[in-house]
Amino acid sequence: MSTEGKYVAAVYLVVFVVLLGYVLIIALKLQRLQQEMAELVELARKRDKPEERKAVAVG
Amino acid sequence: MAAAIALIFFYAPVDQDGLNQKIFYFHVPIAFTAYACFGWGGWKALRHLWKGDEGADLESYVAIHLGVIFGLLTLVTGSIWARFRWGHWWEWKEDQLVLFLVLFLFYCAYFMLRYSLPAGPQRANLSAVYALFGVALIPVSVLAIRLSQRFIHPVAFNEHGTNMAASQFFTFCVALVAMLALAATMYTVELAGKRLDVHLRELREALQ
Repeated sequence: MSTEGKYVAAVYLVVFVVLLGYVLIIALKLQRLQQEMAELVELARKRDKPEERKAVAVG
Repeated sequence: MAAAIALIFFYAPVDQDGLNQKIFYFHVPIAFTAYACFGWGGWKALRHLWKGDEGADLESYVAIHLGVIFGLLTLVTGSIWARFRWGHWWEWKEDQLVLFLVLFLFYCAYFMLRYSLPAGPQRANLSAVYALFGVALIPVSVLAIRLSQRFIHPVAFNEHGTNMAASQFFTFCVALVAMLALAATMYTVELAGKRLDVHLRELREALQ
């Protein structure tokens, strides 16, 4: 590849890497939010059924 | 984006700048997208201060965040182009470059201001005022190349229209639309994530 071609490739590679990094960060964040959502759903279920929670704790 | 890349490499002709000119089709749309993001962030900041729109502060923040990402890409892609064309990474005497760097650093400082304050109306108001100040720098940065007496930085658009062939201009327009569409998608996804984060925090507080 010519020197000129290397510079062009570098530009497109930089853009690709930065955008890929951004997508990865957003994906990790969505994963965290999904886990948090699952925890909250669990918390809400326990609040709705206190007897069940008690039974589980004793058993 | 795929169409833009295909046009850049298989349709747009190579001019006297050689293969290096292919950088233009990404570098300039990225710079325009950065300006658009900063402008959108300023508009949302104005809406927050003027109308008190709910969520406008968050929208302004997300737009500025994306503006900084595209701004960083503008500086990096421009520097790579300059290294080949001018022989060095940066030219301090070039007004366009220095003003864009000032604009970029100004918006980087936005995050320092935002995260130095506790969440609440005061943070939202101060961030909005700061974002609006930055908007004033956008036309200065765009027009700097016309105001400057030195013309090292190439001029693609002047008062007579475009300084390129029709096929090059078409490719440039497609690349610009692709970049703006990419930014709009990133904005929608990031904003949805931020809103979800806020709602989950509120839900946790309500449940505990």
